[in-house]
Amino acid sequence: MSLDTKTVNNIAFLARIKVEDERLDHLAGELSAILDWIEQLAEVDTEGVLPMTSVAEATLPWRKDVVNDGGYPERVLANAPEREDGFYTVPKVVE
Amino acid sequence: MSAALTDLTLAQARDALAGGEVTALELTDAHLAAMEGARELNAFITETPEIARQRAKDSDGRRAKGEAAGPMDGIPIAIKDLFCTEGVLTTAGSHILDGFTPPYESTVTQNLKDAGAVMLGKTNLDEFAMGSANVTSYYGNVINPWKGAQAKDLVPGGSSGGSAAAVAARLCTAAIGTDTGGSIRQPASFCGIVGMKPTYGRCSRWGTVAFASSLDQAGPMTRTVRDAAILLGAMAGHDPKDSTSAPVALPDFEAALSGDIRGLKIGIPKEYRVENMPDEIEALWKQGVEWMKEAGAETVEVSLPTTKYALPTYYIVAPAEASSNLARYDGVRYGLRIPGNTLDEMYENTRGEGFGDEVQRRILIGTYVLSAGYYDAYYLKAQKVRTRIAEDFRAAFEAVDVILTPTAPSTAFAIGEKMDDPVAMYLNDVFTVPASLAGLPGISVPAGLSGDGLPLGLQLIAKPFAEDTLFRAADVLESAAGFDGRPK
Repeated sequence: MSLDTKTVNNIAFLARIKVEDERLDHLAGELSAILDWIEQLAEVDTEGVLPMTSVAEATLPWRKDVVNDGGYPERVLANAPEREDGFYTVPKVVE
Repeated sequence: MSAALTDLTLAQARDALAGGEVTALELTDAHLAAMEGARELNAFITETPEIARQRAKDSDGRRAKGEAAGPMDGIPIAIKDLFCTEGVLTTAGSHILDGFTPPYESTVTQNLKDAGAVMLGKTNLDEFAMGSANVTSYYGNVINPWKGAQAKDLVPGGSSGGSAAAVAARLCTAAIGTDTGGSIRQPASFCGIVGMKPTYGRCSRWGTVAFASSLDQAGPMTRTVRDAAILLGAMAGHDPKDSTSAPVALPDFEAALSGDIRGLKIGIPKEYRVENMPDEIEALWKQGVEWMKEAGAETVEVSLPTTKYALPTYYIVAPAEASSNLARYDGVRYGLRIPGNTLDEMYENTRGEGFGDEVQRRILIGTYVLSAGYYDAYYLKAQKVRTRIAEDFRAAFEAVDVILTPTAPSTAFAIGEKMDDPVAMYLNDVFTVPASLAGLPGISVPAGLSGDGLPLGLQLIAKPFAEDTLFRAADVLESAAGFDGRPK
């Protein structure tokens, strides 16, 4: 599988990672090499095999649908790069 | 006994503390001094001497009142900087977590704190635990205390490279790491120590920075198998805060070390060989088989036909999960923020600058294999192959109790090698990844030295939650190998 720079650019956008144009070529080569190597999985017969969804043979536990944590905005916001009046702040999203 | 305080194993330190021959503070100060004298290894990102000395004093206070909490009380340990520690910088080796000081403690480190263990500091690691050589940390490379015949600076393995180097160099009595595809076992092999990955679900993942949630497990890194058994006992246990934490009883792992493996069936998988694997690794493996036979075990050849597909499977599953887990680093709630004119630009700038090359590669691969049109061909296919890998192990374990393999296909290599070929770097984990994908417990035991004078480990793998059997077999292997674990 060979990825072109346009595809890499699009993946980078989906992942919200800024990749400078001059890095795209090199990155496309690296990612293509990794995908080429992964292609060998096509050799494995998986006809009728169920995809693994959990490595542990366990049923997920249930708990009461109640609030059991919270009530400490100061601790939650303690690491915020920018904050105001008990909220995180981000660049304006509505014009 | 002052000169030898840093040489004590965990079990010896425990006994010396219990017998009043040494105080926790003396033990802690000896290690803090050793850390200061070995900063060129770059094993620690953050040293926490004030916390260490306070906890050591508290431990001595408890002991004086006859209230020592158990075997870990007063033992100085190092914590991989992937575990959130309340009030102490937690970086995951990444620029993107700049300044992050968790307001909470991970369950594993809380368990250790409750057991009285003394935290010496947070150890260096590959960024977000993604790497096999500890060369992707924002905080610089870790240097292996072993130099070998070439007298070069070598990698300690990864991703728990700082923990492995610190244990080998006697900067801590023991350390904890995490293992997603080999990140405890492979550095243990490279540094000549014991490294153990428990069964998936044995240790809580709550408060541990997530890489690939279906694979991540915390585990002990120590100088002896007995120490690993003691340390795991203090780390593990069911935790309602992690829904994948297993509600199973915690056995006394140390009590399992009977020294008797007569009649134990040990599987030797014929597929655990790779191109260009040094003859000395093959020879050590054969030697391991002989040691186990001499101890009364029965060895059986087993087949794990999907072994060669484990690594490419892992490199779909782990990046896919990582791309999802690492979506949370957006510059909004914690860590680095690089401004942008729009919200998307701020995300892109922050993540472009905050993540290193290897983390970016894995997020991009993960995003691609999960994207519309490629999900079935890559991700779903990998999940099916993963089922087959687990089935191979299940079938093998119908005939045997444990499986013996080499831990890694090479010894520690020089810093800078394999850097321009991601796939060559990935091959380091070829023997550790299969057990990870199947959720099985595995342990690397130092078993010998290469011709260049570098440590080599052998790996044992057991059935789910059969850590007691795993430790029993590993203890016998360790005794037979008689490894002298001092770096040179």
